[in-house]
Amino acid sequence: MSDSEKIREKLLEWEKEVVEPLLKKAPERKKVFLTEEGIEVKRLYTPLDLEKWDYLEKLGFPGTYPFTRGVYPTMYRGRPWTIRQYAGYGSAEDTNERYRYLLSIGQTGLSMAFDLPTQLGYDPDDPLAWYEVGKVGVSMPTIQEMDIVFSGIPMDKISTSMTINATAIEILSMYVAVAESRGVPKAVLDGTVQNDILKEYIARNNYIYPPEPSMRYSVDLILYAAKEMPKWNSISISGYHMEEAGATPAMEVAFTIADGMEYVKWVMERGKVPVDSFAPRLSFFFAARTNLFEQIAKFRAARRIWAKVMKDRFGAKDPRSMMLRFHTQTAGVLLTAQQPMVNIIRTTLQALAAVLGGTQSLHVNSYDEALCLPTEESVKLSVRVQQVILYESGVVDTVDPLGGAYYIEWLTDQIEERAWKYIDEIERMGGMLRAVKLGYPQREIAKAAYEWQLKVEKGEIPIVGINMFVEPEIPKVKILKVDPAARERVVSRLRKFRESRDQVKVRTALDNVRKAAEKEEVNIFPPIYEAVKVGATVGEISRVLREVWGEWRAPEIF
Amino acid sequence: MSQEKAVRRKVLVAKLGLDGHDRGAKVITMALRDAGFRVVYLGVHQSPENLVRVALEEDVEAIGVSILSGSHEELISDLMRIARERGVRAPIIVGGVIPPEDIPRLKELGVFEVLMPGTPLSKVVEIFKKAVGEAQ
Repeated sequence: MSDSEKIREKLLEWEKEVVEPLLKKAPERKKVFLTEEGIEVKRLYTPLDLEKWDYLEKLGFPGTYPFTRGVYPTMYRGRPWTIRQYAGYGSAEDTNERYRYLLSIGQTGLSMAFDLPTQLGYDPDDPLAWYEVGKVGVSMPTIQEMDIVFSGIPMDKISTSMTINATAIEILSMYVAVAESRGVPKAVLDGTVQNDILKEYIARNNYIYPPEPSMRYSVDLILYAAKEMPKWNSISISGYHMEEAGATPAMEVAFTIADGMEYVKWVMERGKVPVDSFAPRLSFFFAARTNLFEQIAKFRAARRIWAKVMKDRFGAKDPRSMMLRFHTQTAGVLLTAQQPMVNIIRTTLQALAAVLGGTQSLHVNSYDEALCLPTEESVKLSVRVQQVILYESGVVDTVDPLGGAYYIEWLTDQIEERAWKYIDEIERMGGMLRAVKLGYPQREIAKAAYEWQLKVEKGEIPIVGINMFVEPEIPKVKILKVDPAARERVVSRLRKFRESRDQVKVRTALDNVRKAAEKEEVNIFPPIYEAVKVGATVGEISRVLREVWGEWRAPEIF
Repeated sequence: MSQEKAVRRKVLVAKLGLDGHDRGAKVITMALRDAGFRVVYLGVHQSPENLVRVALEEDVEAIGVSILSGSHEELISDLMRIARERGVRAPIIVGGVIPPEDIPRLKELGVFEVLMPGTPLSKVVEIFKKAVGEAQ
């Protein structure tokens, strides 16, 4: 009798003699237990669930293909994840103050939030911008503002992540130009630019131009960085926003990887470059929800799928091209305005999922974020959550501590299998760009969001403070309000800045941007970089590109 | 014939300002449709002017506006002013990331109701029914 036969026999015996009599007396709380993905969870997992499961094929070792157990051989024993809180609001001064505060309490990397006008290519004095200047991020119309944000912050030592997409080249150019003005060459700069336009069409909605020129813009940044900025992550392929918009865990993994595949295809074709020349600098961004084990399985499945895709479909040889390195943010949609302090407990579990899932960098949401931007007090707790997990919990002492757990490995396989179905579906449509134009991921996500909400309504998805243990009053918490004077400060500085520049140089530089935009084969990065350096604003550069490329109206899928 | 118009349950849902977070607006649109409403869904990046124009063209009975960018006070203040100027009578309901302390100010501006995150869909539907003048 083989080992598994023995186990099967004993398992059946246990079910019949122990479980069944118990169930008659004390039935379980529910007939069916489901994950958020809708995967039915069994009462118990045993070696029988991993019967044909091959350790070397499924897991291997950390730092080696297929990277299921982690992208680095020693993981957090060697180097902790980067504590990186997404931050920025008001004017450059407000944001500089917040960054210094975050660094003073132990943050180890910066993550820049830009306001909506900056993300959508409008200067703060544009009538379309007025309402939103400095509200959800820092206003960043010119290189001068970037200089103020980084005053007193060593750009050669800190790594900086920038959530910027449709205007990514303008903003990265500002960062590079400010660093170079301080004697820090771009080759040593360490950081990430989000530069993921596909997920803007799918979920986040901060796009400007139609998909084709937008892809060219994104790809040109990737190609430029591959040559000039060897330490820079030229894209952060993001599932986070899709999860926030309603994607299930398998959708989040699949749509993100399908986006990644589209970028790889485009870069190889447009740049006529081998995959290993740029793929090591592709990075990722996922959400961490409260459903702990499914989230851990999600991260592990994503790593394994990406490794396979890069090796088998794109012929990558460099193992670094196969590594899915990722940033994680705890899921904003799971924060409640009701009983806001309970959010600290939620985000702790979510952060733990990210760490047990092998993240490289982490943002923990603050308890007040269903109401406003975080205050200093609330964001400090977010940093402390990370520090307690890192220094006190001991979960970092060994690599992938849950590896080999019957349930985790079974669930990782389940998520992988479901994700492949979506990926194959998108491939059949001709890739993600076509799928986006057809509205496929948008529709799937909206449907999933509604289904989730209906389950919350029915109490099938329990949320403390929302559909159980409800309290009538929303307790008062301290609210961060963006100082209305920030808008005036930014606008008056911008006007002075416009007057002070060499107008001829600006006009020539903008003209060069236009010519480059018109010529399909030219890389758009260098002319934008030159324009930013001579003082062209985000709004001016975007206006030129809008004139050449046009603007995108979302397909009516809804 | 009564002078009152029959309730047609025709409403508008839109994202006001540059904010792209449209999950809430879409979920509410789906819930209202399931409850028998006709919803004109305008989507993201709407200016107050455009919203008012469409509200008049479509002759809607209520307007749902979603804002998660923290700009609710400025946006709603302009929206209410323009709506008044152009004679829009449809009640306006606002939802999104809005701190409770801002609710009185929005009500003062003439907002029919402010919906916090976590409001059950059944309550949302009930409020829209009230807004279009259906007796409860």
